[in-house]
Amino acid sequence: MIRLVNLNKSFRSQPVLQNLNLTIPSGQTTVIIGRSGGGKSVLLKHIMGLIRPDSGEIWVDEEEINRLREKELYRIRKRFGMLFQEGALFDSMTIGENVAFPLREHRKMTAKEIEKAVAEKLALVGLSGVEGKMPSELSGGMRKRAALARAIALEPDILLFDEPTTGLDPIMTATIDNLVIDTQKRFQLTCVVISHDIQSVFRVAHNIAMLSGGKIIEQGPPETFRQSTNKIVQDFLLGRLPEQSAQNT
Amino acid sequence: MIKTFLFLIGGKSLAFLQELGGILVMLVQSLVWTFTPPFRFRNLIKQMEFIGVKSIFIVVLTGVFSGMVLALQSFHGLRKFGGESLMGGIVALSLAREMGPVMTSLVVNARAGSAIAAEIGTMRITEQIDALKMMAINPIQYLVVPRIWAGILVVPLLTAINILVGIVGGYLVGVELLNINSGVFIDKMIKMVEISDLVQGMVKSIVFGLILTLIGSYKGYNTQGGAEGVGRATTEAVVITSVATLIGTYVITSLFFK
Repeated sequence: MIRLVNLNKSFRSQPVLQNLNLTIPSGQTTVIIGRSGGGKSVLLKHIMGLIRPDSGEIWVDEEEINRLREKELYRIRKRFGMLFQEGALFDSMTIGENVAFPLREHRKMTAKEIEKAVAEKLALVGLSGVEGKMPSELSGGMRKRAALARAIALEPDILLFDEPTTGLDPIMTATIDNLVIDTQKRFQLTCVVISHDIQSVFRVAHNIAMLSGGKIIEQGPPETFRQSTNKIVQDFLLGRLPEQSAQNT
Repeated sequence: MIKTFLFLIGGKSLAFLQELGGILVMLVQSLVWTFTPPFRFRNLIKQMEFIGVKSIFIVVLTGVFSGMVLALQSFHGLRKFGGESLMGGIVALSLAREMGPVMTSLVVNARAGSAIAAEIGTMRITEQIDALKMMAINPIQYLVVPRIWAGILVVPLLTAINILVGIVGGYLVGVELLNINSGVFIDKMIKMVEISDLVQGMVKSIVFGLILTLIGSYKGYNTQGGAEGVGRATTEAVVITSVATLIGTYVITSLFFK
């Protein structure tokens, strides 16, 4: 379980997160939604320990990670996998080398075992046979799938997704959504997804949390979330401008 | 008016000190991570190849022409008081103490220093550095340490090549074109150049190797703002390193002559 307690973060005196509280249950997919520039990625980077909060607590199971030193954080991060918005594949390496990279760094495996594991992970994301290609030779959707293969290479307990479907066509969006669902089910992972693609959100989520004004203003399973009486939530779900909703009421 | 001017000076000074502090912090972190396993020899070799082997051609080219122009200039200067025979010594001395390390550092900076800033900068803006951290790999240890040690190790070797081919270039102009006696050229060179001159050149090249890789890495690592940011980081890395090299050569020379 991941718990964020009274989290505050400002950049140049501009508050981004304000007394934010959020509980992310284990073994489920929690999607955090909110407007662009609202602090969703900042929130995700706090969970990963890439950004330290100004105040508040971040708990991963029984460990308060915001108090850990950088070296101790590395131990925790081995439990995490992360799919970055643009994949963040190393462009000086082939796809095979990218997926093999965390295994080479953290597992004592022979070259043959690594090769087998890489083929396995790539097959899981439907990308068999692209080991020798460079990231620049792949399409946006393929790059994201390859990045997912790298993210699950160390078989993490927690998988984080930063806007996994942004910039993809509807078919590829559905493919990535199915991958998120399959991966979560197969490994019983705790998944945290940042997204503002509403269709995609309801497809993958067990829980939805909405971030607005630096706080979580609504949280719950998809059915309950859809029925929310919070005006900001409804405006967001229906893609309605705030002034339009004021006219309708 | 005066207040605005003072604010401007104060702001620039603070920014300069902040930058200097950041560079020193990166240097200390790199030293700490140098002696922390795992040791990344493969990355070191790769960087030595990139900074060193791939710079040989341009270092040889600039070295030959530096030696040739030094010979030509010193010949016409020395002829005024009949001192042409000193040409070999002057060419070798200038190359060993000053021209070799400075020219080598400037060309390696233009080629490899800029590439280091651009590569690490691109990795920063495309979240590849965050990806390293997420895989529990320290980016300073993985990216910066091998580059800094490669710079410290290969720039002196490139400088030695530069000095050597510079002397050959000076010899060709002096002996073959300007008819200086070959024996005199070599004799003066041996008599005038001392071990301490070579040591001075090597010390400079080690410092310059450190400066160009450290500043390139620092600027790349702290890149902000997309493609424009990468361009800015690259330009700043090259300009700051060039200025630091010229200031550095003066400081080191003055220390040697104390």
